[in-house]
Amino acid sequence: MGETEKVMTSPPQIDTGTSPSASPLPPLGPGGFLRWAWRQLTSMRTALILLFLLAIAAIPGSILPQRGIDPILVREWIADAPTWGPILDRLGFFDVYAAPWFAAIYLLLFVSIIGCVLPRTATHIRALRSTPPRAPRRLQRLPEYRSWVRSPDRADGGSAVVLESAAADLRRRRWRVSQGEDEQGGWVAAEKGYSRETGNLLFHAALIALLLAVAYGSLMGWRGNVIVREGTGFSNTLTQYDAWGGGRLSSPDDLDPFSFSLEEFRVEFERETSQRGAPRLFEAEVTVRPEPGAPETTEVIRVNEPLAFDGAKVFLVGHGYAPILEVRDAEGRLVFDDAVVVLPQDGNQTSIGVVKAPDALPQLGFQMLFLPTAAVDDVRGPHSSFPAADDPAIFASAWIGDLGLDDGAPQSVYRLVTDTMSQIGLEALRPGQTWELPDGVGELSFVGWQRWASFQIAHDPGKEPALIASGAALLGLMMSLFIKRRRVWVRARDDEAGTTVEIAGLARTDEANLEEDVDAVARAAGEMQSDGRSFEDRQGGAR
Amino acid sequence: MSAASLAEWSNAAVYASMVVLTFSMIAFAASFSARGNRVDAPTRQAPVAVAAGEGTTIVDVHPQSSPEEDLRGRRAGNIGLSLAWLGFGLLLLGTVLRGIWAGRVPWGNMYEYSLSSAVAVLGVFLIVSLRRDVRWLGLFVTAATLLTLGLAVTVLYTEAAQLVPALKSWWLVIHVSAAVICGGAFTVAAGITMLYLWRERAERKGRVRGAVARLPQASRLDTLAYRILAFAFPLWTFAVIAGAIWAENAWGRYWGWDPKETWAFITWVIYAGYLHARATAGWRGRRAAVIALLGWVSFLINYFGVNLFVNSLHSYAGV
Repeated sequence: MGETEKVMTSPPQIDTGTSPSASPLPPLGPGGFLRWAWRQLTSMRTALILLFLLAIAAIPGSILPQRGIDPILVREWIADAPTWGPILDRLGFFDVYAAPWFAAIYLLLFVSIIGCVLPRTATHIRALRSTPPRAPRRLQRLPEYRSWVRSPDRADGGSAVVLESAAADLRRRRWRVSQGEDEQGGWVAAEKGYSRETGNLLFHAALIALLLAVAYGSLMGWRGNVIVREGTGFSNTLTQYDAWGGGRLSSPDDLDPFSFSLEEFRVEFERETSQRGAPRLFEAEVTVRPEPGAPETTEVIRVNEPLAFDGAKVFLVGHGYAPILEVRDAEGRLVFDDAVVVLPQDGNQTSIGVVKAPDALPQLGFQMLFLPTAAVDDVRGPHSSFPAADDPAIFASAWIGDLGLDDGAPQSVYRLVTDTMSQIGLEALRPGQTWELPDGVGELSFVGWQRWASFQIAHDPGKEPALIASGAALLGLMMSLFIKRRRVWVRARDDEAGTTVEIAGLARTDEANLEEDVDAVARAAGEMQSDGRSFEDRQGGAR
Repeated sequence: MSAASLAEWSNAAVYASMVVLTFSMIAFAASFSARGNRVDAPTRQAPVAVAAGEGTTIVDVHPQSSPEEDLRGRRAGNIGLSLAWLGFGLLLLGTVLRGIWAGRVPWGNMYEYSLSSAVAVLGVFLIVSLRRDVRWLGLFVTAATLLTLGLAVTVLYTEAAQLVPALKSWWLVIHVSAAVICGGAFTVAAGITMLYLWRERAERKGRVRGAVARLPQASRLDTLAYRILAFAFPLWTFAVIAGAIWAENAWGRYWGWDPKETWAFITWVIYAGYLHARATAGWRGRRAAVIALLGWVSFLINYFGVNLFVNSLHSYAGV
C-alpha cells in the first residue's frame, strides 16, 4: 500500500478510517475534552478494542448455564458453588446477554460505528458529487502505465480525437469522467467503484438497523410455553400458558384468539443402529380454530414446520408421557382420575411427576418415576432404557398427611411439598395394576398412558425487519469487499513526432484488476487507427 | 449395490484417500526440505537468453549451486499436488457414497461433517492451486486434512442413520454447506497466515534462509490470506443468517445464544476485527495476522468444543 499512498491525490484516503489516537492528552476545557473523547471513541482503534471486548464478553455465556436457556441448571450451579455462585450471579454471569456490562460494550460499539459512519457518509456524498481529480503530471510513476506514439502522418485527428474517444468509451462503461487541459496537453480522468464505499456504509447502517429490529422485537414480542396432552386443547389466552414472557410493550390481554387441540402425537425412535433411541419422527396432529366460531381444520405440526397464525407461530418443542392414574381413599371413593404429565429427565424419557389427591381423607400424595421401557440396575436404579413405551412401569412413593394446599400459597404441580406428610410405602406398577396402600388408607391404579406435546408459541414483530437488515448487511458487505475502486487517466499531446498517448491506472483498494481496465481504455484510444495495428504499437510500462 | 456394500465402499474410499494423502504430505515435505537454499545462494546465474525462432525467451533464474536439488524439489511438489488431487477425488467419492448410503446430504453427524470439512479444506486449496503456485502450502493442508480424517475415522465414526427430526429441513443443505466451505477457507487461510508470520519474522530479522526462503514474500502471503478471508467472511455471514432463519423455523426464535450460536457470533466478530485491522494503520501485518488466527481458533472451538463438550441444541455429534 505504501507506494500507492505516495502518489495518491485528493480526496484524502478514507478507507483507513480516522487516524489512530492523534492526541494522547485531552486539551483543556470541557468542549475540548468532549471533542477529544468523541474522537477517541470513534477511532478505528477503539472500535477494534470494543469488537474484541464483545467477543470476549460473549464467551462466559457459552460456558456457564444461562437463565434464559436453563433456569433450573443455573439454580443448581449456584447451589453447588456457594462462594462463587452468588458473586457471579450478582455480576450477571448467568444472564450474560442481558447484563449491563454486555450492553455497555455493544452500545459503545454502535455509538462508535455511528460516529464513524456519519462523517464518512458526508465525505462519500461529496465524493459522489465531485468529478475525478485531474491527471497527475507524471503518469509513468503510477503502478499500471503504458504509452505509445502515433505517427504524425495519420490524418485521423490527433490528440483531441484520442481523448474524446477514450472519454466516450469510459462513460459508456459507466466510469465517472472529467476532462481538461494543461501545459502538457489534454487529459481524461476517470474513476469507478464508488459503490464500494456505498456498500461499506450500507453494511454499517444495516448493523444499526439490525440492533433496532432486535430491540423492537424484544419490546413488542412475547413467547409462551404450554404442554398439551393428547385429547385436550389449548386456547391462546394468558391463563392457559404454563409459562409466558413478554416485552415491555407487548399486550398480554390482547392475544390472537386462536385455539387448537392435540388429537394425536406420533413419535418414532431409531431401533437398529448405534444411534439407538435417537428420535426419527415427531408429529403433532392438531385440529385448529383460527378464531372462535371459525371452521376447524386439521393440521400437522412438525419440528421444522410450525403452525402460523396471523399474530403468532406455534412450534413443536418437546414431548413426553402422561400416565393415567386413579386414586381411591380409605372409603373407596374415587378422589383422583386423570392423566398426569410427567417430565422427561433423560434421552430415554425416564420421567418424574407427582399426584396430589387433596380430596382424600386424609390427603394423599405420590411421587413417581415413569419409565416407558423399565429397567433396573445397581448403578442407576430404576430407569428407562428406551424412549418408546415398550414396557412401561411406574415406581411410586406414597405420602400421607397435609398437602399444604389449603393456605393458598401457589405450588408447583410437579413437586410434592412433603414437610407435613409422611412416607408410607414404595411400589412398582405395570399398566392395569393397582397398589393397595398400607393400613388401608387407599389405593393407586395405573390405568394406562398417553402422550403430551409441548409447544412454544411466539410472536416477534422484529424478525422480518431483522431479516431485511441482515440481508442489507450482507449485500453491503459483499459490495465493500468485491467492488474495486480504481482510477485511470489518459494524456495525449501532439508534437512533431506524432501523437503521444499515455494511459495509467491506480487502484485505490487492494487487488483491482487494473490491467484489464487500462487495456480497455487503450483499445478505445487506439481504435481510431484504421490499420488495426494500434494495440501492437503500444510499448511496455515503465516498470 | 446393496446398502452394506455402499458403506464398505465409502469407508474404503476414505481410507484409500488417507493413504494417498499421506504420500502427498511426504512429497510436499520433501519438496520443502529439498528446495531449502535457493534464494540465499550467493551467486546467481545470469538470465539465460535462449533463441527460439524469431522471439527471445527469458529463462527463469536459478541459482548455480543447487539445480539438482531444485529440480528434485519441484518434482516432489508436483507429485504432492497430483497425489492431493487423487486423494481429493477419493475422499469426494467416499463422502458422496456415504450420502447415497444414508439417503441425504453427508453431514448429518460429526463423522460426516468431518469428511465434508476435509473435502472443503482440500477443495479450497486445490482451487487456489489452479490459479497460482501454492505448493508451499501443501504440507500444511495435507497435514490438516489427515488430522481431520484421522479424528473422523477413529473418534467420531458413526454408522449412517436417519436424521433426527430437528435436522429434516432444506436449511440443513444451505446452512451447513456454507459453514463447511467457510471451515475449509478459514483453515487454508490460517495455514497461509501461520506461514506469513514465519516468513515475516525471517524477513524482519534479515534471515531468509532454509525452508522459509521457499515461501513467497510475506506481503504476498498476507494478500493471499486476505483474499481467501474476504471470500469466506460474507459466506460466514450468510451461514449465520441462514442458521438464524432455520432456528426461527425450528425453535421459534432466530437467535437464542445457544453455545453454537454464541461461538459463531464470536468467530464473526473476530474476523470482522481482522478486516478492520487490515485497514487500520498500526494494525496491519502481524497484528492482523494474529487476529485471523484467533478467528480460526474460535471456529475450531465452535466445531469441536461445542459439538463434543457442551450441551447445545446443536449437539448432533452422534458419538
